[in-house]
Amino acid sequence: MTDAPIVPDFGDDDEDRKISFVCSKGTLDMAYPGLIMASGALELGIETHIFFTFWGMDMINKKTMGNLKFTPVGNTSMPVPAAMAPLPGMTTFATHKMKKQMDDLDIPDIPTFLEHLQDMGCHLWACKMSVDMFNLTEDDMLDGLDGILNVGEFMEIIEGAQTMFI
Amino acid sequence: MPVTTIGGQEVHVDDEGFLTEYDEWSEDLAKELAASIGIAELNDEHWKTIAFLRSDFKEQGETATLRRVSAVGGIPTKSLFQLFPKKPARKMSYVSGLPKPAGCI
Repeated sequence: MTDAPIVPDFGDDDEDRKISFVCSKGTLDMAYPGLIMASGALELGIETHIFFTFWGMDMINKKTMGNLKFTPVGNTSMPVPAAMAPLPGMTTFATHKMKKQMDDLDIPDIPTFLEHLQDMGCHLWACKMSVDMFNLTEDDMLDGLDGILNVGEFMEIIEGAQTMFI
Repeated sequence: MPVTTIGGQEVHVDDEGFLTEYDEWSEDLAKELAASIGIAELNDEHWKTIAFLRSDFKEQGETATLRRVSAVGGIPTKSLFQLFPKKPARKMSYVSGLPKPAGCI
């Protein structure tokens, strides 16, 4: 047999793929999906941008990023009777349980995860309007943030990108 | 399962070309695998990564993710992107004769 060897095609010539995530939620369960998908994209060499807006600002606010909560209130996927969900301590309990589940899967907490994404070359942007709304400055937000953008600037940056809103 | 010849050696691979038999891999083969995907020379850092991946695979039964290589193997993620450009998770697995990582992060 003189067939050419079977070598994987890593698609290094596909230079133009680009993806962006808009993270708009500040609960623990809604923070993870965007970060996990961004990580997957970066591992494939895809240019990746995350735009944090509204409650998603909690993911990059130094004061809150390490302390996001998960609540069973209003969550129909939770096996907790609706009347019990708002009881005192339920959010703390559910948050603790989710953090443990993530830890068991070797998934890092949010601040470590963001650092990991930055190491992979992820671009992180804060929404100008949200920064103004919550009276934040760059010092309040995680180190190495790429910048604060208004929507127009973000639209220019993600030209040609696939975009997911979370 | 396809068989292909790399560097004069017959090896079993999956449809994409990743080695399927742990013991068919050797350091000499790694150099050939690397060269075939555009990594001309394997330096000490490459070898350190490969050694970690192979021993970790033996213990865990699956290929370590980038995060695990950095958190457990001590090789920073930034370096992995330099060592195995653009698609480090897949390329490091390929050169190490292992399947692609199964984990998401």
